[in-house]
Amino acid sequence: MATDSPNKDVGVGDYQYGFHDQTDTYTFKSRKGLDEEIVRQISELKKEPQWMTDFRLEAFRIFEEKPMPNWGGDLSQLDFQDIYYYMRASDNQERDWDDVPEDIRKTYDRLGIPEAEKKYLAGVKAQYESEVVYGSLQEDLAKQGVIFTDTDSAMRDHPELFREYFGTVIPSNDNKFAALNSAVWSGGSFIYVPPGVQIDFPLQAYFRINTENMGQFERTLIIVDEGASVHYVEGCTAPTYSSESLHSAVVEIIVKKNARCRYTTIQNWSNNVYNLVTKRAMAYRDSLMEWVDGNLGSRLTMKYPAIYLMEPGARGETLSIAFASDGQHQDAGAKMVHCAPHTSSRIISKSISKNGGRSSYRGLVKVDKNAKDCKSNVVCDALILDPESRSDTYPYIEVDEENVVIEHEASVSKIAEEQLFYLMSRGLSEVEASSMIVTGFIEPLVKELPMEYAVEMNRLIELQMEGSVG
Amino acid sequence: MTSLLKIENLHVNVEETPILKGVNLEVKAGEIHALMGENGSGKSTLAYALAGHPKYTITEGTVELDGANLNELDPSERARLGLFLAFQYPVTIPGVKVADFLRHAISNIRNPDRKEGEGLVPMREFRKELKEQMGSLDMKTEFARRYLNEGFSGGEKKRMEILQLAMLKPKFAILDETDSGLDSDAVRFVSEGLTKLTGPEMGVMIITHHERLLQYNIPQYAHVMMGGRIVETGDVSLAEEIHNEGYTALRERHPEAAAEQEQVEAVTQ
Ligand SMILES: Nc1ncnc2c1ncn2[C@@H]1O[C@H](COP(=O)(O)OP(=O)(O)OP(=O)(O)O)[C@@H](O)[C@H]1O
Ligand SMILES: [Mg+2]
Repeated sequence: MATDSPNKDVGVGDYQYGFHDQTDTYTFKSRKGLDEEIVRQISELKKEPQWMTDFRLEAFRIFEEKPMPNWGGDLSQLDFQDIYYYMRASDNQERDWDDVPEDIRKTYDRLGIPEAEKKYLAGVKAQYESEVVYGSLQEDLAKQGVIFTDTDSAMRDHPELFREYFGTVIPSNDNKFAALNSAVWSGGSFIYVPPGVQIDFPLQAYFRINTENMGQFERTLIIVDEGASVHYVEGCTAPTYSSESLHSAVVEIIVKKNARCRYTTIQNWSNNVYNLVTKRAMAYRDSLMEWVDGNLGSRLTMKYPAIYLMEPGARGETLSIAFASDGQHQDAGAKMVHCAPHTSSRIISKSISKNGGRSSYRGLVKVDKNAKDCKSNVVCDALILDPESRSDTYPYIEVDEENVVIEHEASVSKIAEEQLFYLMSRGLSEVEASSMIVTGFIEPLVKELPMEYAVEMNRLIELQMEGSVG
Repeated sequence: MTSLLKIENLHVNVEETPILKGVNLEVKAGEIHALMGENGSGKSTLAYALAGHPKYTITEGTVELDGANLNELDPSERARLGLFLAFQYPVTIPGVKVADFLRHAISNIRNPDRKEGEGLVPMREFRKELKEQMGSLDMKTEFARRYLNEGFSGGEKKRMEILQLAMLKPKFAILDETDSGLDSDAVRFVSEGLTKLTGPEMGVMIITHHERLLQYNIPQYAHVMMGGRIVETGDVSLAEEIHNEGYTALRERHPEAAAEQEQVEAVTQ
């Protein structure tokens, strides 16, 4: 019998995420701030084709024109001129794990990624600072025609494929932060899965930020061709800093007919990071797109992964977990746009607020005219651990068609005294009991994560809880 | 030394309302006590107060376990000293797997100084033991993977309590109506299970309205609560009297306590 929850077996005690690598080993670092010159410089340094330079400059103009959003979270302290927009840790991409610089490896060790798992993970791609410095791709994947590389290389090595899709799901003028990313993007993953190819293990990437005031603007593009399937996983852990930092990524996904894509993220930015991410997928006939999105840490996260259900039979699902603690605001949710009849969507959101943290669910379910027989189901549950903390729900529903079924349920709860008493009466300490209750609360979502992520997630929850009780 | 649970002049308030009004009771290891009394007489209140429920405030008197005063200890500390309560109404904990919960519980009980984050009992050893205990209680091993009490039937919840008792091996166990809501086969399993668990090392207090559990686990002492006090203590024949004749005679023998019991009922209703 499998009595285990493997999550509990790993020593929690020695896990620290307040570590910091030396940051003066960069080969290049742009000056602080953002203007046209910086944008040009980034493009030049990357030796990009003219169309990309133009694309960046156009995006920069849009970025300058667009006002700051006045909804979501407090962005008033975000100073765009106090941020580095580009830096490069080393010139060449390492192919072999042993060649990865030692301080980078040290970081992974601190993240507790077990050796065995590193090997198991076929295509580990790690973004260190702005660029991918390590990447390995299992040979048979390559043989099947799968492209899994960093976005910069993709532009260089697969120019036609790249240009066909880049910026088509999220145009630069979508929102201010999409425009910013389009202007200064660097790194990120590019995946192309050819028709009919099913990748049955998750492709992974680890992202992190490591220099004060450093922005990270990765750009990910995934194309899952007809009948293909892929599970992509990204995770981030960030050291702690003293001043503001910005992470503003763009993720574009195209899921073609009969294809499946699951995109899993666990983000644990340090408490000073503004995490403002635009993620969107287009799902075509009879395809399935799933976002699994876990947000811990950061000062403010604004992230609403979207799925556009473009053709009949398309399905979209978003599972969202948010954990907001002291000084943190998680404004997360999901967006489902039913553009075609017979499409269905599901949003499950679980949030936890403690020590004055604030979490909000912000979601939109939109059904276009003539998108008949659509179904959508939204469930959001919030757990509030103390009276200082806060949780809000902003569910928006826009329906231009009558023949649809939309369900919405929301609940807010506290840790029940009776549950705490019950567990403690079996010898669990208060901290242990509360973290067990919290872990249980998000279990239905955590069990959807790849194992090592589930482990890390539960460890983080335990650590968070240790600081909060008694 | 024989372990001793000593309750002296215990007064307990529930949200300002006095419920227990001077309970005296001693339970030694190896003894079985039956605690009886009408609905609302204070049996569960005593059980909760012993286990340390935060809502149940001791206003006077003491509870001691082998000389250690429990009054100021939290439920976890009491459990680690060897106290166990099988709940009348076990709580559901969504998303928490039975095995996971139990492994943490026994790690703490067997190593009372353990701090959170420190090592747990080895998985292999734990699984083996859990499997054995589940087998002897005729529980399907699949329960180990289920979420604690979620979707359990009434009887399954009670069995889960006994499983915990079996795994934790406390010095003193209080069983609050563990036999209620069980079908007759289940009562037999639970009763036989309990018989196997108890012995010279464990003191047991059985709170019950039924006979079956006591037939399998014959008490040396029977106590009757009324109006927040123990009004009579006898042997198994007292339990038999109540089963056969109800509480009328007892109320007549203790008119004051009977009156107080009615008062409490009037206040709380
Ligand atoms: N949390 C509470 N709030 C208010 N009153 C309470 C609370 N808990 C117990 N009481 C009251 O205390 C009295 C004793 O209750 P208790 O549950 O101890 O009775 P009991 O002897 O276990 O009864 P039963 O045989 O029905 O289980 C009752 O009048 C009950 O209403
Ligand atoms: Mg009771």
